[in-house]
Amino acid sequence: MRSRKLIAIAMAPFLLLPFFFSSAQESRKSEVKVLAYTNATIYPVSSPKIEKGTLLIKGDTILAVGTSEGVKIPAEAKVIDATGKTIIPGLICTHSHIGSVAGADSSSPIQPEVRVFDSIDVRNTSINKARAGGITTANLMSGSGHLLSGQTIYLKLRKGNIVDDLTIKLADGSLAYGVKMANGTNSIRDSGPFPGTRGKSAALVRQKFMDAQAYLKKRKKHQEEKPEEAFERDLALETLADILEGKRTVHHHTHRHDDILTVLRLKEEFGFKVVLHHVSEAWKVADEIAEADVPCSIIFLDSPGGKLEARDFEWKNGAELSKRGVVTAFHTDDPINDSRWFLRNAAVGVRAGMSRQKALEGLTLAGAKMLDLDDSIGSLDQGKQADFVMLSGDPFSIYTRVLETHIEGEKVFDLANPTDRLFAEGGYGAGHNREASGCCFYR
Amino acid sequence: MFKIILTLAFAAVAHGQLAVKADLLFTMTGDLKPIKNGIVLCGENGKIRAVGPASKIKIPAGYQTLTAKVVMPGIIDAHSTVGLSGILNSPKHDQEQLEKSSPMQPELRAVDAYNGRDPLVKWLRDLGVTTVHTGHAPGTLMSGQLMVVKTNVPSITSVKDTLVPTSAVASTLGSKALSKSPGTRSKAIAMLRAELMKGQSHRLKMEEAKADKEKDAPAPNLRLDVLVDILNKKTPLLINAQRHQDIAAALRLQEEFGFDLILDGAAEAYLLLEEIKAAGVPVIVHPTMGRPYGDLENMTFTLAAKLHKANIPFAFQSGYETYVPKTRVVHFEAAMAAAYGLPQEVALAACTIQPAEILGLDKKIGSLEKGKHADLALFDGDPLETTTHTTHVIIDGEVVSSSAK
Repeated sequence: MRSRKLIAIAMAPFLLLPFFFSSAQESRKSEVKVLAYTNATIYPVSSPKIEKGTLLIKGDTILAVGTSEGVKIPAEAKVIDATGKTIIPGLICTHSHIGSVAGADSSSPIQPEVRVFDSIDVRNTSINKARAGGITTANLMSGSGHLLSGQTIYLKLRKGNIVDDLTIKLADGSLAYGVKMANGTNSIRDSGPFPGTRGKSAALVRQKFMDAQAYLKKRKKHQEEKPEEAFERDLALETLADILEGKRTVHHHTHRHDDILTVLRLKEEFGFKVVLHHVSEAWKVADEIAEADVPCSIIFLDSPGGKLEARDFEWKNGAELSKRGVVTAFHTDDPINDSRWFLRNAAVGVRAGMSRQKALEGLTLAGAKMLDLDDSIGSLDQGKQADFVMLSGDPFSIYTRVLETHIEGEKVFDLANPTDRLFAEGGYGAGHNREASGCCFYR
Repeated sequence: MFKIILTLAFAAVAHGQLAVKADLLFTMTGDLKPIKNGIVLCGENGKIRAVGPASKIKIPAGYQTLTAKVVMPGIIDAHSTVGLSGILNSPKHDQEQLEKSSPMQPELRAVDAYNGRDPLVKWLRDLGVTTVHTGHAPGTLMSGQLMVVKTNVPSITSVKDTLVPTSAVASTLGSKALSKSPGTRSKAIAMLRAELMKGQSHRLKMEEAKADKEKDAPAPNLRLDVLVDILNKKTPLLINAQRHQDIAAALRLQEEFGFDLILDGAAEAYLLLEEIKAAGVPVIVHPTMGRPYGDLENMTFTLAAKLHKANIPFAFQSGYETYVPKTRVVHFEAAMAAAYGLPQEVALAACTIQPAEILGLDKKIGSLEKGKHADLALFDGDPLETTTHTTHVIIDGEVVSSSAK
């Protein structure tokens, strides 16, 4: 934020626009708006559906959610009649590749020092499209072509100028992120230093985590014995040490039943926090996953196959896991599934036996839990951030459209806005990875 | 043993003499509106014996009855690669859709590559797809032939196992067809024109030999014979073109050589609606949920609605997927178009009677009418809703799926 202001001041003599930009944002921050969305069908997700409900927000926070009788609307509130509309929490995608995200290069299979944070292009239209799909928070990750391809980044899809404007700060001041790992065929390659088999894949990972255990020990000893001397830090091992200390969650790509079990063994051996991603064959080892008490972020595809390890993919994964009490979320894996159809994943889940409640949680609260952000997002509750989506109808109907997306009280997508509509529906210019014409600079 | 008995019992009731009752029956005729409380009678010959409101149709004695909330004609996928592009995505094992040794190979037949036992064929059949227009994939200037086949055919023992053995030749313009050579769009068109001109010369020699007994007929040539069929409008050229300049190039080619053109993909067709309409060309639109990258970067989910409004005939396709999902499901693509402005019944028509018309098969399949094939898909709700299940699938009067997927 600070650096942006400096740039604005420096550029002001040459170009006034950035200055106006900056000051407009300042004023928006200073005036705290109270908004009341009334007469809507509201799914708070953490509690049952409310017919003719009111969502009351103040600035970036939810003040109250309830029936029209139950929520008192303050005099200063701007009332927005949402009759016929449906309001749900902002959608959380636990696995996305929007924003031209990139991680590790081909030099080695394990690269914990790499941050995808350093690759994000906030002007990439894939981010606009994600907002058009109702996504308010996303875990942006590098690919699955490595055993460990880097640190992910959790972003709020605010309308920001630089990636820093979209980040989430944790209590200790650090950024919110996890670590991307993978096993199975994607991270196996024909030549070294990449593994050629599953056994080698697991061995490489185990050795690296054993190195990190030794590093942690060494660091602790140093801090105890020579606290005044600087410790020689290792960027890669620092990240793995964070995982071992439970500070960061591993987001693990895995498809086949045996690969899933390999991850569970790693978790057991090194005691790290892990979310299983994709899990095509979860239905085969659902009991084992439930027993290990590991959350699953699952993918939906319109057909199985496309690669050997997705041959036995089934739509019933969501039902089989949630039935056993496994925290189950969906993800887009955008561009595998377009962010604009994220809601459709929940509908496929319901089709294959998931309850509507669990399916809605899978788009919102379950994802928030996987990112350790369920204190602030994932449901419509008093005190949580005002992230919500206004829909034209039932969240599970194909005919339902996302009308508006709000993040922290600010509208970041509006179907009635022609530029936003272009991102929502596609059309000439929608795909260019630059700001679409018609935006602020041409007004 | 138990399994065998079950199979026999199933077969005994499955052949013909089947009545299908529907709360809503989409016959896909007339104004496309459904009949409330409709009945379809499937005769022993695999053809429809009668169709209409329950008040007017008496179910004959001995008929088995199936009931569903919604019944429609078996779904037709207007363009797929299923059966050639297999579930495992394993080259040299189950990937037969694209031969890259030469940019133009119209002589490659789909019948010689099709595997009706691939699990993806069953996957589509269980969901209600009864007929696929499948074969060689987009990706080269002329990748090979397409055929029309029902999804209950496990092997092509004779071309008679297909509905049409050579339904079209697949051609691709735009960046997907570019490699070392053709390396540019101009070169691609030049190569196509030169090839079609060779076809013209071959045809001329054939015609001259016919008119003048002194002249020898040209030696049969697998490739040139196919090109003559294209030029003689016996086989349409299905041109995959996404960018507006590639669509325009396809229209120019059609004007120059006078073949039957089917536009395929056509992501930017919304920029050329008048030109496409004037050319009288049907469009098989790209999957609505296609990925908006490369030549598809300007695609819109509203394309089908725009074509409908412009009165251009169109159908939906599952298309060709190189990765996951290995096949799309054509009525899921239609459903997404219905969410973006296409009326529900038009979306259903664009995966039943519309593709039947484009493929010249509307006398046989695509709608529920007396004498047409008894191909039906049964649902427990709106066929376009994601949450709806396909309860039964019937091909030629025989129940081929009751998996309630």
